[in-house]
Amino acid sequence: MVANREASPPTTAAGASGSRWRVETRTTLSTAFGIVAIAAMLLLALTPFFASRGVVQDLFFILTMLVLAQNWNLLAGYAGLISVGQQLFVGCGAYALFSFVILLGLDPLLAVLLSGVFAALVSVPTAFFAFRLHGPYFAIGTWVIAEVGRLLFAQWKALGGGTGTSLPRDATRDMIGIGFLKETLGLKSAAAVDALTFWVALILLAATMGTMYRLLRSRNGLGLAAVRDNEVAARALGVDAMRMKATVYVVTAFLTGITGALTYLQKARISPEAAFSLTDWTAYIIFIVVIGGIGTIEGPIVGVIVFFLMQNALSSYGSWYLLLMGALAIVTMLFAPRGLWGLASDRTGIELFPVRRILKRGPNHQGTKGGPHG
Amino acid sequence: MPILELETVSKSFGALVVAEKIGFSVEPGEALGVIGPNGAGKSTLFNLINGNIGVASGIVKFDGRDVTHLSPMQRCLAGMGRTFQIPQPFERLTVYENLLVSAAFGAAKSEHEVADACANILEETGLIDRANDPAGSLSLLQRKRLELARALATQPKLLLLDEIAGGLTEGECNQLVATIRRVHQKGISIIWIEHVLHALNSVAERLLVLNFGRVIGIGQPAEIMASREVREIYLGMEV
Ligand SMILES: Nc1ncnc2c1ncn2[C@@H]1O[C@H](COP(=O)(O)OP(=O)(O)O)[C@@H](O)[C@H]1O
Ligand SMILES: [Mg+2]
Repeated sequence: MVANREASPPTTAAGASGSRWRVETRTTLSTAFGIVAIAAMLLLALTPFFASRGVVQDLFFILTMLVLAQNWNLLAGYAGLISVGQQLFVGCGAYALFSFVILLGLDPLLAVLLSGVFAALVSVPTAFFAFRLHGPYFAIGTWVIAEVGRLLFAQWKALGGGTGTSLPRDATRDMIGIGFLKETLGLKSAAAVDALTFWVALILLAATMGTMYRLLRSRNGLGLAAVRDNEVAARALGVDAMRMKATVYVVTAFLTGITGALTYLQKARISPEAAFSLTDWTAYIIFIVVIGGIGTIEGPIVGVIVFFLMQNALSSYGSWYLLLMGALAIVTMLFAPRGLWGLASDRTGIELFPVRRILKRGPNHQGTKGGPHG
Repeated sequence: MPILELETVSKSFGALVVAEKIGFSVEPGEALGVIGPNGAGKSTLFNLINGNIGVASGIVKFDGRDVTHLSPMQRCLAGMGRTFQIPQPFERLTVYENLLVSAAFGAAKSEHEVADACANILEETGLIDRANDPAGSLSLLQRKRLELARALATQPKLLLLDEIAGGLTEGECNQLVATIRRVHQKGISIIWIEHVLHALNSVAERLLVLNFGRVIGIGQPAEIMASREVREIYLGMEV
């Protein structure tokens, strides 16, 4: 068992004076980690002030990939929805951004948010079809729908058809906040755009992980974990598995769409091939989640670092690099199904985002501060 | 008004008839035992009652409502708690969390309200020492106890028990019977599929005999056990 559970704070208020049991989830370690994580985020937020544009862009890439990975992790690792069609929502989000900015002249930052809403709307009819399929058929179904999406957007002449298009320069330069950054920090336009998109990505990641951790510790998170482990039993015990899966599907589509929009705001150039790429937005993401450890919040963090290092070291080898990644993912699935983080966590008992509810004998501390009660 | 009522419920898997015009009812607070040879359709009957499997024809009424077209989730919320013959634990959740799922969803309570109730059920079913272990690490017998504990945590009006006494020592079996009796005394209706007849007969007020998907007898245990048809078919004895 995990040795480092802390005696407090209890997370439940079983309340009644007769209560003999209390429940805890947090550990000393996880509380310390939480503080370190917030400090690290704040420190990371400062990078545009001292690091080169190249570093800021690399970090932007890591952050956005991690957001996508956490979403796929929630989808596949908790809701049991093995989608290989998440590129649909990246592509829809990205194309929605370009159409809002180019055709409607909206501010790009506002458009990023609306693009997420658009992706969520697309996910509703997608779910309607895909949820009729199960197991491998669901996976294939999501992929086919994503291909249909790519073909449809390739027909859209106003956004460059099959060859794609670019964002007009002034669209990003006049974006909310850019003028302020240029004035106060003396940044050039391009660097200011990089810094702004980086900060938005950082906020997006913090919001995604924060929401996910809260969700997993909540009653609905418990239900989701039950569905993950055994859907038939979960339904027989009163869990509305269908509603949970549908909610997760739409919420992850929203966040994936926002990430797609943000990514292509930063790239400023779009094409159907790139925005609906199976390799970039699903294969790499699955690799990250599987290598790091599916069904844990920590796993994808480890996975994205491994992925980034591998890509820097090996991407010049072209398709050999993809083969190696595939082989590594398969070996992991066979010998360490819970990924690198699973290995480390099993060995040390460490959990940075504990969600397990530990039942302990003894009354709740809350409300007993005034001294012992009868 | 019966707590559960089946009317001409039928179901086949391909050519295999597993339920043929089954009809019976269970009164509130009653304990009904179900016996029959392996493959008779007993577990399937539970699946039809709780909605895991849809009926081909017929009606299932629970607590005065037609529930034939409700999902297992809705039937659980209406007050049906069931165990599975082959235990279906949430393996990566702890034993306590397994109960918490039932209590929070099946009984529609907040997590805070049910901590003590769940702990009490774990004590009652002898699982309290394993409360914080992953359910995947339990032995088969402990998994069966977890099935019972989870079903109890949904605070059912009707408890469906599918062969939970097999493989127990005499002491364990007596303990289990005592637990089920306590549940029964609270007024909870029970349907219990069981091969361990002495355990079943110490709780059940009536017995139902199933063979090839048909009800071939329902009534007082003594009558049922004495009937020639039951002895031939179920006990495999020539009389
Ligand atoms: N989902 C299913 N699909 C096809 N056949 C099934 C299914 N479930 C059970 N059966 C078959 O139905 C028959 C009755 O099974 P079951 O209800 O489990 O019997 P019992 O519980 O009385 O031993 C068996 O022959 C079994 O193989
Ligand atoms: Mg059976």
